[in-house]
Amino acid sequence: MARSKNKGSQEVNAGSMADIAFLLLIFFLVTTQIATNKGLTLLLPPKNEDDEPIEIKQNQKNVFKIQVNSADRLLVEDEPLEDVALIEDMVYDFVLNFGNPSNTKKGNDKMSDVDVYNTLPASMKSYISRNLGSKESSDGPTSAIVSLKADRGSSYEIFIEILDALNAAYNRIYGERVGLTAEEFRKLNRNNPKEQELYDRARLGIPKAISIAEPTTQGG
Amino acid sequence: MSKFKKKSTSSQDIPTAALPDIIFMLLFFFMVTTVLRETEIKVEQRIPRAEQLVKLEKKKLVTYLYVGKPKDKSLGTEPLIQANDAFIGIENIVQWINEEKSKLAENERDQITVSMKVDNETKMGIIVDIQTELREANARKIMYATPQKTEDN
Repeated sequence: MARSKNKGSQEVNAGSMADIAFLLLIFFLVTTQIATNKGLTLLLPPKNEDDEPIEIKQNQKNVFKIQVNSADRLLVEDEPLEDVALIEDMVYDFVLNFGNPSNTKKGNDKMSDVDVYNTLPASMKSYISRNLGSKESSDGPTSAIVSLKADRGSSYEIFIEILDALNAAYNRIYGERVGLTAEEFRKLNRNNPKEQELYDRARLGIPKAISIAEPTTQGG
Repeated sequence: MSKFKKKSTSSQDIPTAALPDIIFMLLFFFMVTTVLRETEIKVEQRIPRAEQLVKLEKKKLVTYLYVGKPKDKSLGTEPLIQANDAFIGIENIVQWINEEKSKLAENERDQITVSMKVDNETKMGIIVDIQTELREANARKIMYATPQKTEDN
């Protein structure tokens, strides 16, 4: 029976385990960049063969024009504008104007302006009847287009700022339509069927028509 | 004085036996969420912030374009376009998109999304040129990748 055990402890010393784990942790902390798959989405118009701008076919009052020159100065609806933040409210009012709502069903959703109006909550309807409905502005959401024309020399920064404001206006419309704030609407998870249904209902008949027009080559 | 000297006899050490476990948990979190950078970015990237961000659901369908001034000063100061590992010219974008599309399953090819990471000093001219080429290549879904705007800036 040669069971000469040594008296020493047989455990592995785990005291420095935390240090080793810390080292690894710090390595991953430093090298990690949590993937940023967020941004402003935009759907480009399809490639058009005849190269005919859409604006010509549209009634001028249905187009909300934003122009930016090479010095990053704005011209909104042919009036100079200093503060980009004002665009959000202007676009909100423009899209929901219902100046001359048509009965013709348009687009993939087969919704007319009148149909869209009937789906709006009471608070939006009263806002529209009180403040909007101008004959000078858009006929209704199905025909409203926002046209953004940036000069080649204007900066990307201002472009993003404007695009952000436009998205804010549309998100506010969509959100209010289904009783959410703009932020809640934006965070809807479209993998969840219930939330997808809400998303579809909010967007039905109000297309996000943001057109990035071909810029002028001349600096202005 | 003796009234205040009634110290409790219990040990004042915080037990640290669970420390390695906590650290390991953090470690695993970071190991799982880490995506090691596949491409080295060769252009300057200070991306303007925005508020109304949308999250892209299908990561597989996203390809990235980086636009900005080259970091390597010998390449000049004009903004360049980087796709994957190399600089490409405007005229090669259609070809590059077609290559990226061929990597996807056939029914998903039309849904390809191009995420553009653009430096904030870039002028719109090059962006518009890229958009024209993307329309030509029938990659119509684009995203301007931006970080979330925080309260203070």
